[in-house]
Amino acid sequence: MLDLLLRRLLVGIPTLLVIITVAFFMIRLAPGGPFDKERAVTPEVERNLLKAYDLDQPLLTQYGRYLTGVLQGDFGPSYKYHDFTVGELLRAGFPASVKLGSLALLLAIVIGVSLGAMGALYQNTGRDYAVMTLAMTGITIPTFVMAPLLTLIFGIYLAWLPVAGWGEGGWRHLLLPVVALALPQIAYIARLTRGSMIEVLNANYIRTARAKGLAERIVIGRHALKGALLPVVSYLGPTTANLVTGSVVIETIFGIPGIGRYFVQSALNRDYTMVMGTVVVYAVLILLLNLLVDLLYNLLDPKVQQR
Amino acid sequence: MKPHRAAIRALALGIALASTLALSGLASAETVLRRGNAGEPDTLDPHKATGIWENNIIGDMMMGLLTEDADGKATAGAAESWTISDDGKVYTFKLRDHTWSDGQPVTADDVVFSIQRVLNPETASEYASVLYAVTNAEAYNTGAIDDPAKIGVRALDPKTVEFTLASPAPYFLELMTHHSAFVLPKHKVEALGDDWVKPGNMVSNGAYVLSEWTPNTQIKLVKNPKFYDAAKVAIDTVYYTPDEDRSTALKRFRAGELDVSYEFPGDQIDWLRENMPEAVHISPELGYYYYVFNLRKKPFDQLAVREALAMAIDREILCAKVLKTGEIPAYNMLPPGIANYGEPALVAWHGMPQAERVAKAKELLAGAGFGPDNPLKFQLKYNTSEDHKKIAVAIAAMWRQIGVQTELFNSEVKVHYNDLQEGNFEVARAAWLADYNDPHNFLFLLDSRTKKLNYAGYNNPAYDKLMDEASQLTDLEARAKVLGQAEAMVMQDLPYAPIYHYVSEYLVSPRVKGWVDNAKNLHRVRYLSIEG
Repeated sequence: MLDLLLRRLLVGIPTLLVIITVAFFMIRLAPGGPFDKERAVTPEVERNLLKAYDLDQPLLTQYGRYLTGVLQGDFGPSYKYHDFTVGELLRAGFPASVKLGSLALLLAIVIGVSLGAMGALYQNTGRDYAVMTLAMTGITIPTFVMAPLLTLIFGIYLAWLPVAGWGEGGWRHLLLPVVALALPQIAYIARLTRGSMIEVLNANYIRTARAKGLAERIVIGRHALKGALLPVVSYLGPTTANLVTGSVVIETIFGIPGIGRYFVQSALNRDYTMVMGTVVVYAVLILLLNLLVDLLYNLLDPKVQQR
Repeated sequence: MKPHRAAIRALALGIALASTLALSGLASAETVLRRGNAGEPDTLDPHKATGIWENNIIGDMMMGLLTEDADGKATAGAAESWTISDDGKVYTFKLRDHTWSDGQPVTADDVVFSIQRVLNPETASEYASVLYAVTNAEAYNTGAIDDPAKIGVRALDPKTVEFTLASPAPYFLELMTHHSAFVLPKHKVEALGDDWVKPGNMVSNGAYVLSEWTPNTQIKLVKNPKFYDAAKVAIDTVYYTPDEDRSTALKRFRAGELDVSYEFPGDQIDWLRENMPEAVHISPELGYYYYVFNLRKKPFDQLAVREALAMAIDREILCAKVLKTGEIPAYNMLPPGIANYGEPALVAWHGMPQAERVAKAKELLAGAGFGPDNPLKFQLKYNTSEDHKKIAVAIAAMWRQIGVQTELFNSEVKVHYNDLQEGNFEVARAAWLADYNDPHNFLFLLDSRTKKLNYAGYNNPAYDKLMDEASQLTDLEARAKVLGQAEAMVMQDLPYAPIYHYVSEYLVSPRVKGWVDNAKNLHRVRYLSIEG
């Protein structure tokens, strides 16, 4: 196990380097630059700006400097938000995204797995159809429709909850965005769980367990669910990375200070350093979470034995 | 009692207690204004700021030598009085006896330091160029000279500062209200560098002080007790929130979470007028929306083609049916409310009925060699936005009436403006919002020496000459006349087809008093109060 951990971490380093390199050059290939905007600056001022941010240097020099910086944990200044460095902005926004994302994830797993299991156990009954209809609705209604709908109902008509804003990150401000973020995930997870659960319930070892006279509660809880969760676990790896890095739609609609917005806006703003910052954060998360998924597989599935 | 019941009780008690505390907090005497600002500021450093949403916040904290009054007009700020030499080139300002929020006096040294800083190439201020009227400002900003002492600004004594201009600029006092000319606390900037704008570091000479800044969440300003006019400031705390999403901002306003909200979704205007008419504030703003013709490309080098296209646009329909928020159809360049100006120079055909214009436009196109067999075809570029798209679609339809085939092409804003500056377009959408209230701020765009910002590539020596002539005049009326000739020249040559003049859109709760709609669209909180 330790061997696997070390090996995977070592492989991660060159992977990251490749990702950084590709992203660094690709974002600079995009037309337009950080200082092109509606009110264009004079060429002299533009020169001052480029110089101030080292953008007048040859590309390879910039790349070298960037890599050196990243190695020292310095992601450079944001070209858009002049008063902050990329590191400061990501650090400021990450807790909000993680809080929101992990709550949504938790909600999605608990409800999604329960619904999915229920669907499988009562396969082709009214309950199953109800669950699956709900799931399909969850998948098909996009967040940018669901979120404003929620704010309209709970923020304005009922006036139970604030429409938007973060406050201190209390539950009143969290509830709607967490639900909006979790809904499509609940739907996916419910479908995944149902599918694999049905498969597992037909497996020989479940028949054996039942034949042994085990209580249905133990058959389902200890044996079936464990096997049925495997596809869910592998789905959860990248999904966790997605959720904890925030969602631009949710953050914009609910005015949440997370980092999700940077993933989209920094590219549109040609905020090169911020683009790189988000790429690095996301890449690291994906690498780590995939590793975690593999470790979990080890625990859940005796067939997967790491050599 | 079972232990978990006790826990639930304790929790319920805690919640009740907390909400009572929260409510009593709201009921206290502190007056709070919550202001939706339609964007997260890129910076709070006045020398680096570029947008009005930044100016809103910064201008509540800092003042230049002059500042805005409640209706946006220039009025005494850090300076209490000034004199102007007869040739209009030397301005002497007497500073008001006031201090920074940390108690240090505001001095002439601070003023000189600030001007030198904004012009320093290392500051990389995007708006430094608005100060080029000052002697040697441009030379220092572009690196032609290294000595900041040569810039035309000096301290005569701790309370007196003198500016020397390269040529008379009647808009200079107005310019002193601009954020690039704000006075900065030298002692703080020198000690802290760029970090001087962080909460806890920033000191200010205006009505408010920065208290908190949580990126993308909120900026909290609290009243500056050291402000010279603090006795008249009614609101204690201001929260600026970014509220980028217009429809969320509207909902927050409806739910009472915001007292003031900048910009609202245009498609909601009918609902707003019906349901909360007293909150809707729409007023002309100094800016105009236009389509630019690339004069370097055929057939847009022909006046007949440009004129036909400009004529065929039905601006009245566009404003009344497509835009709907009170935008003003534009038949000239300079917006209503512009200072230091006379009568606007309208296009010759502004009074012609639309049907007649369409007929005339067809005639002009035929004269230029275009007709049913050989239709005029080109690409119209605009930057991605629902409004720009709606306008482009409507105008393309109007052009179809005169036999023109328009291909619409949208790109994201960075790419669009890059294309405009590089001359990589045929016809394109563009706009200009004033930095200071003077015709020069619009007319310089077509000066051939403006280079990249002169998107059309308009190159008319007679026009450049008029601009030079105006820059030497101190008599405002004589100057307005020359500038009027310049605008008339543009309206004849039509490198741009004017479309409409901007309006600003605000939602202001009827509880907020002291709000005055104005062309500069600046509403300093020090003049506002809250009733009830």
